[in-house]
Amino acid sequence: MITRRTLIVGTGASLLTGCDSLTNSPTLLSAEDAHRFLQRSVTGRAGLARQFRPEQRSPIFRVNGTHHPNTPEYNAHANNRFVDWRLRVDGLVARPLSLSLAQIQTMPQRAQITRHDCVEGWSAIGKWQGPRLETILQLAGIRDTARYLVFHCADRLGSQPYYESIDLIDAFHPQTILAWSMNDATLSVGHGAPVRLRVERQLGYKHAKYVMRIEAVASLAGIGAGKGGYWEDSNGYEWYAGI
Amino acid sequence: MDASSTPRIVYRHRLFTRLWHWLNALAVLILIPSGLMIFNAHPRLYWGHFGANFDHAWLELPRFPGWVTIPSYYSLSGARHWHLFFALVLGFGLLAYMIASLVNRHFQRDLRIRGRELRPRALWNDFKAHLALRFHDPEAPAAYNIFQKLSYAFVIFVLIPLLIVSGLALSPGMWPWLADLFGGRQSARSVHFIAMAGMTLFLVVHLALVILAGPFNEVRAMVTGWWRVPEDEA
Repeated sequence: MITRRTLIVGTGASLLTGCDSLTNSPTLLSAEDAHRFLQRSVTGRAGLARQFRPEQRSPIFRVNGTHHPNTPEYNAHANNRFVDWRLRVDGLVARPLSLSLAQIQTMPQRAQITRHDCVEGWSAIGKWQGPRLETILQLAGIRDTARYLVFHCADRLGSQPYYESIDLIDAFHPQTILAWSMNDATLSVGHGAPVRLRVERQLGYKHAKYVMRIEAVASLAGIGAGKGGYWEDSNGYEWYAGI
Repeated sequence: MDASSTPRIVYRHRLFTRLWHWLNALAVLILIPSGLMIFNAHPRLYWGHFGANFDHAWLELPRFPGWVTIPSYYSLSGARHWHLFFALVLGFGLLAYMIASLVNRHFQRDLRIRGRELRPRALWNDFKAHLALRFHDPEAPAAYNIFQKLSYAFVIFVLIPLLIVSGLALSPGMWPWLADLFGGRQSARSVHFIAMAGMTLFLVVHLALVILAGPFNEVRAMVTGWWRVPEDEA
């Protein structure tokens, strides 16, 4: 029997199901470029994310995403306190680098207390320290043809390796660092040891943990499924995560 | 022909008001369900600059069911596609409407609240008229009554701007002072949710009054601009 309630709920549900089929339409997805353009137009390319005082930090900073890469290669590095681990910087650079953790720790450092905004809605505040990405890119001598940086990570989700990418505007942003320290301690495995990306004006899924290799590229095509990151490829998340 | 037997038709809504009304209705009817799906990803609200699973939540709700969310299946990325597209429609639609309404004097002519309308006796009389389902002044049938003016002005000048600004305050890429304005990013998220609840309440009351006032005549007026004055009030 069709009651008024099932009719109303049913009509509403079929309208919503109609919406479902449009969810990944190119028109809807075009909003991403509009937001990126508008945000960078109003805040400026180098506008800083909010920084906080030490007492404003979250009492507990939750671990999200991968808690432990748990691959034989990563476990060997972790057991050895990452002394044999090297960060590779290659692709469209003049001088490919192979940096030890000690080298990363002795470069000019930047420390900042910032807010980590997860795409899900929660936030946590913590202190991060490491060299600016710009410092490393200057050492490597990034080529004019490079447009993006791809961060290849040690963890896998399902069968896919985690990776992320940012453009050069974010790469040279003053707050973009390769953090090896969190809250004045060496980065824990849960938070991305030995180094993780901090790209403060974007959402949490851009802040790649367990970074093994940074590759400068002219295009994101051919890397993963070509959308610029693990979550972008697998779930359709926006590549620009500033909103 | 006797004047009282001829239906009086008045031009009530200008073209731009009608266009914005329907565009805005579409935006709000997509923003609320897609926002509920985004909320489902972390259905807890906090005050202050931070807030996550271990922190004190002032509100914790069960997940909204699929028949009130867009998409109807669980998808945070899909809901964001809808929400971030129609956020632009809402924001720039309001901006265009405000400029047009200053130029065509819709604000001054139709929404301006006069002191005499706010006197307790006037408010009481209008309240009694609402209870008797009389929504129009026989002397000026095209004019909004004071409760319409107050609620429309509140939605246009307070509620929608608040939704836009508190929404922008959630972006890590926006000016930091925007979140500070609300006392922190998680406070802005709470305000965004409360304002959404206010908007939903407005929507329910608005639709109920449209039905009580004669849905065919009201909807036709919002489509064509021309509204038929009810015979008992003409």
